[in-house]
Amino acid sequence: MTSSPAGRLPEPFLVAGSSSFTDFLANHAPELLPGVRTPAVSIPPAALPHGTTIVAATFAEGVIMAGDRRATMGNIIAQRDIEKVFPADEYSCVGIAGSAGFAVEMVRLFQAELEHYEKIEGTTLSLDGKANRLSTMIRGNLAMAMQGLAVVPLFAGFDLESGAGRIFSYDLAGGRYEEHSFHAVGSGSLFARGSLKKLYRDGLDERACITATIQALYDAADDDSATGGPDLTRRIFPVVVVVTDDGFRRIDDAEVAAVADTVIEARMARPDGPAAPLI
Amino acid sequence: MTTPFYVSPEQLMRDRADYARKGISRGRSLVAVQYADGIVLVAENLSPALHKISEIYDRIAFAAVGRYNEFENLRIAGVRLADLRGYSYDRRDVTGRGLANAYAQTLGTIFSSGAEKPYEVEIFVAEVGGSPVEDEIYRLTYDGSVADEHRFAVMGGSAEKATAHLEAHYRDGLGLDEAVALAVAALADEGDGTPARELGAEQIEAALLDRTRPQQRKFRRLGDTAVTRALRAGEPPASGG
Repeated sequence: MTSSPAGRLPEPFLVAGSSSFTDFLANHAPELLPGVRTPAVSIPPAALPHGTTIVAATFAEGVIMAGDRRATMGNIIAQRDIEKVFPADEYSCVGIAGSAGFAVEMVRLFQAELEHYEKIEGTTLSLDGKANRLSTMIRGNLAMAMQGLAVVPLFAGFDLESGAGRIFSYDLAGGRYEEHSFHAVGSGSLFARGSLKKLYRDGLDERACITATIQALYDAADDDSATGGPDLTRRIFPVVVVVTDDGFRRIDDAEVAAVADTVIEARMARPDGPAAPLI
Repeated sequence: MTTPFYVSPEQLMRDRADYARKGISRGRSLVAVQYADGIVLVAENLSPALHKISEIYDRIAFAAVGRYNEFENLRIAGVRLADLRGYSYDRRDVTGRGLANAYAQTLGTIFSSGAEKPYEVEIFVAEVGGSPVEDEIYRLTYDGSVADEHRFAVMGGSAEKATAHLEAHYRDGLGLDEAVALAVAALADEGDGTPARELGAEQIEAALLDRTRPQQRKFRRLGDTAVTRALRAGEPPASGG
């Protein structure tokens, strides 16, 4: 942070016009923006922690997002209890897969961006506006992604206009795609998505939807070495959040543990999880 | 060649202060009152869209009287400063004192620079703490001076009458409804035994910093319904005691 000689707030603070925190940073403190320190060489995945699987699913009252707790550096488990699902603002959440350090920085900037807009304009952005804003940030990270520091978020929220939960996925170039019913990102996402395909149905209630996401993460961990399964000895279970008309809420650890315990108990009898009917 | 008139620095500053004060005194007053769970800010404001009271950060609120474009400019600068601090350090590192200092420097520099006209504004920076003794209310004037206020604070057009009312009626540990009703009564007080003006909820803008709010952001606006309810519930006894 710089200040003008007389000690008063420098010019960028007092210019009118922009409600964007990112624009303000670019103008006043560009060194704080993610993506300005793009390395010249490609960074191997084993050099930095990477986050893995995030799943999201809508239900009648809103949307649920869950993430496993593992971060990996190549074959090493970098962290057992990392948190990869965050509130973006009161009515939305964001989960991250990819290079953990950059992803967390991007989430912090995204949170600041939404809150900044809300305070300056006195109103919140529409859910599509928030989703587009995240697109721009990912696009700004493209050079980093090319050097092996990709960030792939999953964004979900409650749309106050339509009164429903919505999910958005992204590609590395910032492309934004609305997903219906459920989606997953990260290394274990293929398995999680396959699992949700068989388990998800319309009209699930909150508890059932949480169970479906935990089943999906279990299946992801079952087949993907980078996704962490439930850690029974340390009692580490996925982070689960729910966004409804009442806003963002993180599900209590004890409640997630209870769901996880019932899932694990059923898997003792059938390790592949519940069987879906053939027809 | 004409010789410019000599104007003494004292005279120059006095003229600038008079100019700023005149601008501020044309507007209505704004009151900050500490209550049991935080700080409530109440202003007389007919516009539901153009706010005099706003959120800056988790525990910090901003209130201003005077020229709208000038205080709006300062408000946005405050939000930018707070968000920048919170982003580059941590949310806990954003303090009301830091913000008040930045405003003081800015207002002070503008006031004493010959190139710009002084800002016609007065500002409160309020920060709610963990308990009433940790609450902070800073009052900043057009020339950059800062005062640390306790219990209650008033600024704007008819500040003396409202201050006199609060001095007579304020007590520690007020409930929220009582605090809102007291603040509105202070704004309505015409002094000298003149009957108080009638102030309805639609003429009032109110917001509060509530330390008991579970969210990280403690700022909350009170809508017309909430103000009406508070006025009804917190009506002081007829004697005014």
